[in-house]
Amino acid sequence: MSRAFITGAQAIVQGAVDSGCDFYAGYPITPATPILLGMVRALPPRGGIAIQAEDEIAAIGFCIGAAMTNRRAMTATSGPGMSLYSENIGFAIMAEVPLVIVDVQRMGPATGGATTPAQGDLQFVRWGTSGGFPVVALAPENAEQCYRLTVKAFELAERLRAPVFLLADKEVVMTAETVDPERLKSAGPVTPRRTAPPEGPYLSYGFDRPEDVPAFSPFGGPHVVRVNTSTHDEGGYLTKDPAKVERLNRHLVAKIEAAAPDVEDVALDLQEGADTLVVSYGVSARSAADAVREARRLGRAVSLAVVHSVWPFPKAAITRALAGVLHLVVAELNFGQLRLEVERVVEAGQRVTGVHRVDGELITPGAILQAILQQA
Amino acid sequence: MKPASGPGVEAPGTYIDERRLPYPFCPGCGHGRILDALNAALVRTRRDPRRVVIVTDIGCVGLSDQYFLTNGLHGLHGRSVTYATGIKLADPDLTVIVLMGDGGCGIGANHLVHAARRNVGIAVLVFNNFNFGMTGGQQSPLTPPGSVTSSTPAGNPEFPMDVCATVAVNGAAFAARTSAFDPALSDLIYEAITTDGFALVDIWELCTAYFVPNNRFSRQALEQALKQTGLPAGAVARRTRTEYTRALRDQAPSPGGAPIRAIEPRYKSALAGPRSIILAGAAGQKVRSAASVLGRAAVMSGLYATQRDDYPVTVMTGHSISEVIVSPQPIGYTGIPAPDVLVVLAREGVPRARRLACGMGPEGRLYVERSLVPQFSAGTKARVHVLSTERLGKRSTGLAAVALIAEQERLVPVEALEEAARDGHRGVEEEMVRAIAARKLLVQ
Ligand code: SF4
Repeated sequence: MSRAFITGAQAIVQGAVDSGCDFYAGYPITPATPILLGMVRALPPRGGIAIQAEDEIAAIGFCIGAAMTNRRAMTATSGPGMSLYSENIGFAIMAEVPLVIVDVQRMGPATGGATTPAQGDLQFVRWGTSGGFPVVALAPENAEQCYRLTVKAFELAERLRAPVFLLADKEVVMTAETVDPERLKSAGPVTPRRTAPPEGPYLSYGFDRPEDVPAFSPFGGPHVVRVNTSTHDEGGYLTKDPAKVERLNRHLVAKIEAAAPDVEDVALDLQEGADTLVVSYGVSARSAADAVREARRLGRAVSLAVVHSVWPFPKAAITRALAGVLHLVVAELNFGQLRLEVERVVEAGQRVTGVHRVDGELITPGAILQAILQQA
Repeated sequence: MKPASGPGVEAPGTYIDERRLPYPFCPGCGHGRILDALNAALVRTRRDPRRVVIVTDIGCVGLSDQYFLTNGLHGLHGRSVTYATGIKLADPDLTVIVLMGDGGCGIGANHLVHAARRNVGIAVLVFNNFNFGMTGGQQSPLTPPGSVTSSTPAGNPEFPMDVCATVAVNGAAFAARTSAFDPALSDLIYEAITTDGFALVDIWELCTAYFVPNNRFSRQALEQALKQTGLPAGAVARRTRTEYTRALRDQAPSPGGAPIRAIEPRYKSALAGPRSIILAGAAGQKVRSAASVLGRAAVMSGLYATQRDDYPVTVMTGHSISEVIVSPQPIGYTGIPAPDVLVVLAREGVPRARRLACGMGPEGRLYVERSLVPQFSAGTKARVHVLSTERLGKRSTGLAAVALIAEQERLVPVEALEEAARDGHRGVEEEMVRAIAARKLLVQ
């Protein structure tokens, strides 16, 4: 069987190319730079555009303009750049812009540690812009998942006309590892956004049921199109009419919530009779898997949930994994951001222990194993 | 520029959506005059309205796109130029027009400079009434000195930005300054939107709600100011430069990046369990590329491998440390709190290596350059092997050391290393292979 030795960044670039991504704009920032460098080499020979912008605000701004002109756009950054993306993330939510945003987490706050692994942005991507509207975010733990979840991010962005985050981290993006190249092949072309028929009148933001995604029509296409980042009616005109304002806001929530079952992506490794469930994501999930294997070798029945879809929180899958469990161990490189979400779904009597590390080193399998064994 | 065309498309007599009139601006506000002049310019272009995009910034001017029959994008404050750039990049045949206020020129100054420098083919019309209208008459970066605004009640103490000169000095294809009362306004706007490159028109006008009453300002005062400030009026810059999106399209792309290459496992490793190796050296010893050769050689030998690197931001100086795990089984956790094999090749790698060495047990192997051995004489239980790097060129050190430990620790066959070194190091294959052969010099 053939193999490849690649970084997560290479897998993300390949995933974007195979998803039909034809527009990339970014700004250099460790540890997301390898994606910029990969894209400026990968896209132009395939007829796409990939450029370095003057700053992160411009990078995501270029992507928004291009996405509404029928391009499949992606940008990548890390914490400080995510801070600058914030307002335009709101734009992409409000104006229903299909866009893939890669956040290669590094230690924060502020410039923090450029090459220091961390998972401190889980709640940041969820609440990273004003208004409190939901988003979709996927988290890979290795190069293979970087590829698969990049393709899935494009699928969801196109389908939902919404920003979709790939919540990666420095370790996963910059570490080279062995992969099976057969697993870096997409199942087929990404389904393009639903476009309005060329004939007839067009409403830029028309929808019937709240969860419906408005049909797209590009700038320069068969219709006159209005894109509006302010509260707007179905035609894309500014409105303060309370009924229209509420209808829009409920729609922006409903379309994400309605998609939750399709977004949900959790690798469940459930053990018969397990009283302990380990929940993790990203680089920490690798240590969690090692720890669970070792615990089983020691005779413990332990289940594992590797969360690939962090937002919306995969309530159904986690609830399924919780059956019969008395103890939960949540492992992540922060003070307990996923743990907070897990604590919201556990039932009385189910105890949650966090394994958190914030010194810039990875969580060891031993630390998770200890938490598993202490639960007994 | 293509005129209006396509089935059933006539060049419209107006680009204004008359059903939506009147404009929502205060009586006497200059915005309506400028929009009428823009409409007249658009009528001259005869463009299909579907091929025109009006991008608006924030402020009262941000209400403008709704009154046109063209495409519209109403975006964030100061960022209109970035959306316009993205649209133009995506579809260079579109006519893209940005409407922004003097306030937008401040918060978005950065983007103006860079769009001008790149010469992106968009036209920016600055609705310059010297203050923020929508938020209640505050000072903007274009407010004249001494002017009273709601945020400078004692008079503006700041020097104003010359937005025309700013974009002109940075390479704009067209820059002009005029007033909303200029009969030639529409001609200047027409020139801006038909310029094949970045164009900006700084249009002075009245905010009758705030700037006029606060400064006893008027049309006469404005026209006088335009003459007296010494700022050039009319077309300030006209130059011919290749438009950015065309330059980008005409550029021959560099080869399409390294595809993910499949590696066929043709060698065999005798390794029974995972082994972790840390190489601690200095910049210039090619530590990272040596680690990458080891990783790929391991994959060629049917093993799993991971490689993570640590180096300072100043890459050509200081330490260079690579961590490699090779294993017959898939690798989860990639950290190495205590390596099985630690190779110390330079002084720069010593601080980290000493910490690691302390955690190593008697089964650990420590390969240390001879001159650094005293630094490891205490505090480690690992078995120490002495290396002599002085007979090697600096660039060969990393790979020679990797080859030595690959052989001594039976990680991967030397042939696999040689193949991994040849593969993917175009131009330096022979140098790499010689470095592998030089491993013997390390232990002589
Ligand atoms: S506030 Fe000033 S800029 Fe705004 S509409 Fe009134 S006069 Fe015009």
